[in-house]
Amino acid sequence: MNLGRRLLISVPYGWLVVLFLIPFLIVFKISLSDYAISIPPYTPTLDTSEGWSGFAAYWSKLDFENFVFLAEDSLYIKAYLSSFKIATIATFLTLLVGFPFAYAIANAPEEWRPSLLLLVILPFWTSFLIRVYALIGILSNEGFLNQFLMWTGVISEPLVIMNTNAAVYIGIVYTYLPFMVLPIYSTLEKLDGSLLEAAQDLGCTRISAFWSVTVHLAKPGVIAGCFLVFIPALGEFVIPSLLGGSRTLMIGKVLWEEFFSNRDWPVASAVAIILLLVLIIPIVLFQRNEQKQREQNK
Amino acid sequence: MRKYSWFNTVSLTFGFAFLYIPMIILVIFSFNESKLVTVWGGFSTKWYGELMQNDAFLDAAWVTIKVAVISSTIATVLGTMAAFVLVRAGRFRGRTLFSGMIYAPLVMPEVITGLSLLLLFIAIGLDRGATTIVLAHATFSMCYVSVVVSSRMASFDESLEEAALDLGCTAWDAFKSVTLPIIAPAVASGWLLAFTLSLDDLVIASFTAGPSSTTLPIKIYSSVRLGVSPEINALSTLIIGLVTIGVLIASVTSKRSIQKQKRDELLADH
Repeated sequence: MNLGRRLLISVPYGWLVVLFLIPFLIVFKISLSDYAISIPPYTPTLDTSEGWSGFAAYWSKLDFENFVFLAEDSLYIKAYLSSFKIATIATFLTLLVGFPFAYAIANAPEEWRPSLLLLVILPFWTSFLIRVYALIGILSNEGFLNQFLMWTGVISEPLVIMNTNAAVYIGIVYTYLPFMVLPIYSTLEKLDGSLLEAAQDLGCTRISAFWSVTVHLAKPGVIAGCFLVFIPALGEFVIPSLLGGSRTLMIGKVLWEEFFSNRDWPVASAVAIILLLVLIIPIVLFQRNEQKQREQNK
Repeated sequence: MRKYSWFNTVSLTFGFAFLYIPMIILVIFSFNESKLVTVWGGFSTKWYGELMQNDAFLDAAWVTIKVAVISSTIATVLGTMAAFVLVRAGRFRGRTLFSGMIYAPLVMPEVITGLSLLLLFIAIGLDRGATTIVLAHATFSMCYVSVVVSSRMASFDESLEEAALDLGCTAWDAFKSVTLPIIAPAVASGWLLAFTLSLDDLVIASFTAGPSSTTLPIKIYSSVRLGVSPEINALSTLIIGLVTIGVLIASVTSKRSIQKQKRDELLADH
């Protein structure tokens, strides 16, 4: 192995070990520590001056107490379940909005498609925080949605959407829509129109042809899109904190509050570890789906 | 061509209306004379004027831009190196761990990335400030850059590099005069992605920022928690405008360079 190659590998490798792997191990270690009123606010801290006996004493004080605490306090279990529920419902709603949208772009005249795609991607580049902020003006009690609905006479009392879970759903659909549209579009774009004609020639109705050809072939894109929305939605902090109410329980928000308001670092770290464990399953499934698609494309 | 059905027209209209109406209303109301954010009180640019006199916002904006430029530049260098390692370096010990560390930050919730970096900075006794935000941003954006660049590298012909090496180029010369021009559009869009990620980040910056180094998203977040304000509308409009112009320029130039590349390839074939 020559020197250049070794250097090429070791610089990004070292960077990631120091700033990604080690911090993660620290989180794991602190999740095993106890809360203490000190700086830093946890014990034990490693005392290297005592050599091996200090290390042994340190090691013996680490335990899974915080995880037991998380399992016993119903707040955390509720927060995990409620994040799961919110992420699932929001992903489904994003699919409901995103699929027809992607389908319409894929069926648009070819010369329009790049511009339509750019218009879908553009909001993704614009600040996430600003887009969530823009929704507040729409959804609040005297916001534009209520003004509009009352003006048309559909409702006479303003709908209370802000600070409820409904606002969180809308927020997730709104901000993550491009993640759903793009993978579905890329599978639909490759779809051969003659397959649909063949299905119809063979006696399918238009709807059953759509179902068994278009939807079936778009499945990898749909699965990819769903994971791309579900995974970040599960750990989301900004949307529940700005659009949701005090009763909106999401694990990202709980972690934030444990850390910044309660200053309980060990519990915040334990919450983080469990969140990661919960996320591993969808991430592995997502990777498998991607792998399968790559193999099919070969 | 099949007829474009009413269903498609409706989905397209609804989709774009959903994506754009909230932002258009935000932009319109940044020019509202009234302090009330939902009632139109006549056209005015006074909120932009007030924004320009708000030192707290200007300071935060300056910190944010500095952090974004430095961190995205570091991320682009490291991410391009990482892409090389992923696509060209072949097998080496610890490769699986390496690609795991490249892909993990992409799916890691921001609260966890932020928390873990903060705990690291405290453990090694690094004072929190602009430097720690730069380190944090460079770390997660380098993963995005390496994904963008490695997908471009995987699709181009390795024999071009080999030819340059056979013709007597050093590895560095071959990189500079063959590889870099080919991957340049991907490197540029990687930089732009890293830049906007840094510009936009609230969660990781909140964990890693010190009291003296507030970034714009942190500032916006803390004032948005108190409600909608016309000043924030004005600030948001400026950001939306800048990003839109940047992305449009980038997409036009990259389209041009792809067209030019296609033309060159066609000429080379004949």
